[in-house]
Amino acid sequence: MSAPTFDLGKLHGGLRLDANKGESTTQGIRDVPVPPQLILPLAQHVGAPAQPVVGVGERVLKGQLIADCEDALGAPVHASSSGRIAAIEAWPIVRRFGDRAPCIVIETDGEDQAVEAVEATADFSTQAPDVLAHRILQGGIVGLGGAVFPTAQKLIQAGTADLDYLILNGVECEPYISCDDMLMRERAAEVIRGGQVLLHVLGLETCYIAIESDKPEALRALGDTLSTIGDPRFVVKQVPTIYPSGGEDQLVQLVTNREVPSGGLPSDVGCLVQNVGTAVAIHDWILRGIPLISRVTTITGAGVAMPMNVRARIGTTVADMVAFAGGYTDSVTQLVIGGPMTGRSVTTDRVPVVKATNCILVLSETPAAGPERPCIRCGNCADVCPVQLLPQQLFWYACADNEPQLRAYGLTDCIECGCCDLVCPSHIPLTADFRKAKARIQELADEKARAERARRRFEARKERLDRERAERERELAAQKESAKRAGPSAIADILKRRRKDKD
Amino acid sequence: MTALLTAVGIIATIALTAGWLLSVAARRLPPGDDDLAGQVDALLPQTQCAQCGYPGCRPYAQAIVAREADINLCPPGGDATVRRLAELLGREPLPLAAAAAPARVVAVIDEAACIGCTHCRTACPVDAIVGAHQMMHTIIADECTGCELCIAPCPVDCISLSKVA
Repeated sequence: MSAPTFDLGKLHGGLRLDANKGESTTQGIRDVPVPPQLILPLAQHVGAPAQPVVGVGERVLKGQLIADCEDALGAPVHASSSGRIAAIEAWPIVRRFGDRAPCIVIETDGEDQAVEAVEATADFSTQAPDVLAHRILQGGIVGLGGAVFPTAQKLIQAGTADLDYLILNGVECEPYISCDDMLMRERAAEVIRGGQVLLHVLGLETCYIAIESDKPEALRALGDTLSTIGDPRFVVKQVPTIYPSGGEDQLVQLVTNREVPSGGLPSDVGCLVQNVGTAVAIHDWILRGIPLISRVTTITGAGVAMPMNVRARIGTTVADMVAFAGGYTDSVTQLVIGGPMTGRSVTTDRVPVVKATNCILVLSETPAAGPERPCIRCGNCADVCPVQLLPQQLFWYACADNEPQLRAYGLTDCIECGCCDLVCPSHIPLTADFRKAKARIQELADEKARAERARRRFEARKERLDRERAERERELAAQKESAKRAGPSAIADILKRRRKDKD
Repeated sequence: MTALLTAVGIIATIALTAGWLLSVAARRLPPGDDDLAGQVDALLPQTQCAQCGYPGCRPYAQAIVAREADINLCPPGGDATVRRLAELLGREPLPLAAAAAPARVVAVIDEAACIGCTHCRTACPVDAIVGAHQMMHTIIADECTGCELCIAPCPVDCISLSKVA
């Protein structure tokens, strides 16, 4: 059974890439055993880090809350196995800026003893949507597609918009990664149940499940499960295999033919996109009471002995993961967390698997990037840019550090998909340059905000000093006035009295 | 010949009238400098450090607009600020008069050594120092602009600058 590909919108640009997904999909998802040590970063989401609620030396159980956040702008962290808190310290992790962040380190005891299960809600439909949204927050659930935006926050924000569709994103367009594919093949029913919870929270009636055309098994699994469950609100949509059709805004364009405005969100055009992995996490938490303590991750590449998909506890180190997959081969040269296009190269395998880790890519050959040469303005990058930007112009302005023009040419809309890098005949690392330029723009904005605050404080202080001076002058004037009223004889009297006291 | 004289006469009259109108307007209408001073002020880093010789960023901005001060007197702003000012005002970018300030710094009070004299609190241009008489003082790091104005008044030299990561 295959879903129709018609009535789809059109994606600008994009690339057909070698999928390289076959190696990791030869066997089912396997469970990684409890590792001796779990490293749980406090910030595994977009927003302020969670605050630890346990102390060093304390014993924790699997599923226990170990770091909490104050509001919906964060995501709490739960222990992914039982053990003792060994330390709360800075640990190397994968992130945008800097390479270390505070983490809770658990020495596991191997018993994997679970905390008393939070009461699961079998019948979620009787619960109020905002209660459910709050529950999703407590489960530590974030977008598992890679952006790790707190799901509850997304739902609450979208609740204020006028929505038409929920889109479950099972596109997984980046080469090598196959964790969503395997998840849909094996847990199609849970994907749909999670989708039902989301539809209930949002009060929507239509959910599109978008899957790339190169995943026939996942398409079949979801189609079969849907016909068994018989929920007419769900429609499976097959999207063409073009990178990056799985980008949030690109997917909205493909599925609904609506374009997300520059600087806007899918909710501006009535859509809400969630990853299929997130849907399963919501199912596990709401219907089974298991918070987000594990995820499916692809371990693949020619540098690893047995490429496969595994379900690993959050906090398992990459070293443990690779060891489970048969260890490194002799030809290993590079370790990338994430896919080949958007992933980040790391120099140590001590980094933990976090909620965002969808792929561990062990390469045996460093991608052959020739020497960087000057831009010849061929325009290939503009042809493939899925956001219809002009990378060659942006590159120009990024080199010149021309902030107004970078903004005018829409740098902030760049999704960092890496298509322009790949087609550039001069091997210019455009995406890396854009990332740096974005960071600089952010820095400038922060600086401006800081300066503005300092200016306001300076002015407030000046006003206060002026006021105080005026008050003092008024007082002095009043004193002078009263002295004048008393006349010179009064002053002479006082002086006389003083002299008398002295004698 | 008459036609030529008439033409010259008309043109001269127009030029004189326009010139007179403009000079009256320039004298009578309020100058737009206030707005310009605001724009200059917006480009300054607002550290309020007074290293330019003026009591704050706003007064310096007004002095620049009044052509009393050069545009290269702001060390915390560095060359980037000089360049932006030159662009805004259409003046030549000058090399910075003093050494540019290093990366962002904040002042830190060695709280064990502080004697609670309140001198630094009075000196702070952005009210970023908290402390009462004979009590330990501290600096609100988020509000500190790193202007260094608190360092000189401290009688026990317990204030130092630390780099912000």
